[in-house]
Amino acid sequence: MIIKRRDFLTASAGLAGMAGLGAMGIRPSFAQTEPTYTPEEGASLRLLRWVPFVKGDEEAWNANTQKFIDQTGIQVRIDQESWEDIRPKAAVAANVGSGPDMVMCWFDDAHQYPDKLVDVTELANYLGEKYGGWYDGVRGYATRGDQFIAMPLTAIGNAVCYRDSHMQAAGFSEFPEDTEGFLELCKALKANGTPAGFPHGKAVGDGNNYAHWLLWSHGGKMVDEDGKVAINSPETIEAINYARALYETFIPGTESWLDINNNRAFLAGQISLTANGVSLYYAAKNDEALKEIAEDLRTTNFPIGPVGESAELHQTSSIVLFNHCQYPEAAKAYIKFMMEADQMNAWIEGSSAYCCQPLKAFADNPIWTADPVHAPYARASETLRPNGYAGPLGYASAGVMADYVLVDMFASAVTGQSTPEEAATEAERRANRYYRI
Amino acid sequence: MSTMSIEKPRFSLSTLMQNGNMLALLFMLPAAVFLICFLTYPLGLGVWLGFTDTRIGREGIFIGLDNYQYLASDGVFWLSVFNTLLYTTVASAVKFALGLWLALILNEKLPFKSFFRAIILLPWVVPTVLSALAFWWIYDAQFSIVSWSLIQLGIIDSPINFLGTPNNARASVITANIWRGIPFVAISLLAGLQTIPQSLHEAASLDGATSWQRFRYVTLPMLTPIIAVVMTFSVLFTFTDFQLIYVLTKGGPVNATHLMATLSFQRAIPGGQLGEGAAIAVAMIPFLLAAIMFSFFGLQRRKWQQGGQD
Repeated sequence: MIIKRRDFLTASAGLAGMAGLGAMGIRPSFAQTEPTYTPEEGASLRLLRWVPFVKGDEEAWNANTQKFIDQTGIQVRIDQESWEDIRPKAAVAANVGSGPDMVMCWFDDAHQYPDKLVDVTELANYLGEKYGGWYDGVRGYATRGDQFIAMPLTAIGNAVCYRDSHMQAAGFSEFPEDTEGFLELCKALKANGTPAGFPHGKAVGDGNNYAHWLLWSHGGKMVDEDGKVAINSPETIEAINYARALYETFIPGTESWLDINNNRAFLAGQISLTANGVSLYYAAKNDEALKEIAEDLRTTNFPIGPVGESAELHQTSSIVLFNHCQYPEAAKAYIKFMMEADQMNAWIEGSSAYCCQPLKAFADNPIWTADPVHAPYARASETLRPNGYAGPLGYASAGVMADYVLVDMFASAVTGQSTPEEAATEAERRANRYYRI
Repeated sequence: MSTMSIEKPRFSLSTLMQNGNMLALLFMLPAAVFLICFLTYPLGLGVWLGFTDTRIGREGIFIGLDNYQYLASDGVFWLSVFNTLLYTTVASAVKFALGLWLALILNEKLPFKSFFRAIILLPWVVPTVLSALAFWWIYDAQFSIVSWSLIQLGIIDSPINFLGTPNNARASVITANIWRGIPFVAISLLAGLQTIPQSLHEAASLDGATSWQRFRYVTLPMLTPIIAVVMTFSVLFTFTDFQLIYVLTKGGPVNATHLMATLSFQRAIPGGQLGEGAAIAVAMIPFLLAAIMFSFFGLQRRKWQQGGQD
């Protein structure tokens, strides 16, 4: 039985700190009243998260958790799994009804078992109201209609990384903002012997990010609003033709690239332009031998295509709370605590620009201005689109991406194995398999 | 004469123990339980899953041959079948040829024989993932040692695109598999060679047989049973290979190196479609059975072993 207490005055002793925090915000005009969650007697929680990409993330998250433990006496155990293993583990936990109480899941995971999740709409609306609103993209991953089935947590930003001196040498003083200019830049870089490179191989992260940007920037989409496959369209053909032109300017071998190859090639000075998480910059910065590259490295958001707005795919994580959790009130109290400004800001800062805020009010976090390289990563939540755009998320959108339908479509066309029309038809056929239900 | 008879209790433990059949059953029970739990059940479950639309995290319902019907019309699946057959055939044939050759050399009187025999085993001893990672660097599009060496020698101008074009990628993964599989074939065949009595060779020599004839009419027939077993295993290992592909290409470029095993994994675990993944795995069974049948009913025929013809 879930008891929701809305009584501000009788906050439990354990939650005194949090209640105090909230009490400052109480105003009659508050449309969404602050929910309080009274943890169950003897509650303990288990959170399964992805292995942090940066140490600061782990330290900040654990410190915040420790603060929660100290204030409430609730034990929280944090298990880590490598990021690829989160998806099957979470699915099994949902199905079996045991295991972790909460999982930091990826992308559209929550939509695969919405009936196994605790509704967190009340808490999410309160947070949204308090912190300037949710970004649409991260909100899309966590909601069905107006109902929050998960708590949006972060977007792991992806941005174009390039060598400033090589761009200047190619005759560009500013990084082009549209796809046409971007192609010209890549051509010029190629002519100078400092080419670009984006993965066309089975790179789960970078490959999908690049492929989705290619498609979306040209107005293509995998499915329409009703979930009907719409990939075989003139916009897609246009995107493929653009990809082919771009591919001509790349360093040879990108069709075999996995996630790590672009980092290696960039750090070895073999390519001068790619897209990656902020880790690329830190890899260069933390290595004395790569100082020159780190100083020359600039970042920017992906150029805008004919569609007229930024449309990118970024890795997105949400926290799901399972029905089988014995202490849902304690879990909500924990999620609330971690999402509140003090903790959230500390975590975003600790993650050194890896994790982008889900709520607009955290956009002024000092980490984004601490280094000019960080700036584009601050926009990850703003520019992102859910992977199943423009249709509903769920099993089909997840399956299509896991099967590399879009990555394969571009790869087969740019390498000349099939014509753009054939590639689009094949992608349509494969996508239909998933969207038939 | 005594009229007393001893009435035996019908189901005493001692009678059970006296009964040979019962005892045999009892001794076999642990093995049977083990086989049923860890082999029959998972296999049966896999076959069953192939007939359902089970996804990770969700029970499926029976959908008959739906998965197979879809696979039959799926170009990616057929490409993976082709890749698997190509991979298995080429790799196994080369492994056999080179392995046999190596075994014959090692069977000769060589200096440092045991040292060489130990060295030969190395690729087999190294964990597959580690050797796959080494090959991943060797085949890297930018940093390949092979490309680098050839460029330094002035033979080529730009790095070889090992894993980038379909045929290059296939040749590369097959080469890596051969490198890894030769030791198994060589050492097993070497063991077989050493069981062939020297006297047969001597007798053949006295009869004026050339070394080719000795190989063809003495060594080969005596070795056939071992070859049958070794090649069965070799084909099975190659057919079900996963790690090499997964580390090197994940099935790319554009599925040109996807094997049935890797496609099954991609669809079942990251893709979440356990049913379809299981169906792909089940589709491997007929091929594997055929390989086993061929070796047991073909290569092990007595006539062949005795050097006769059908």
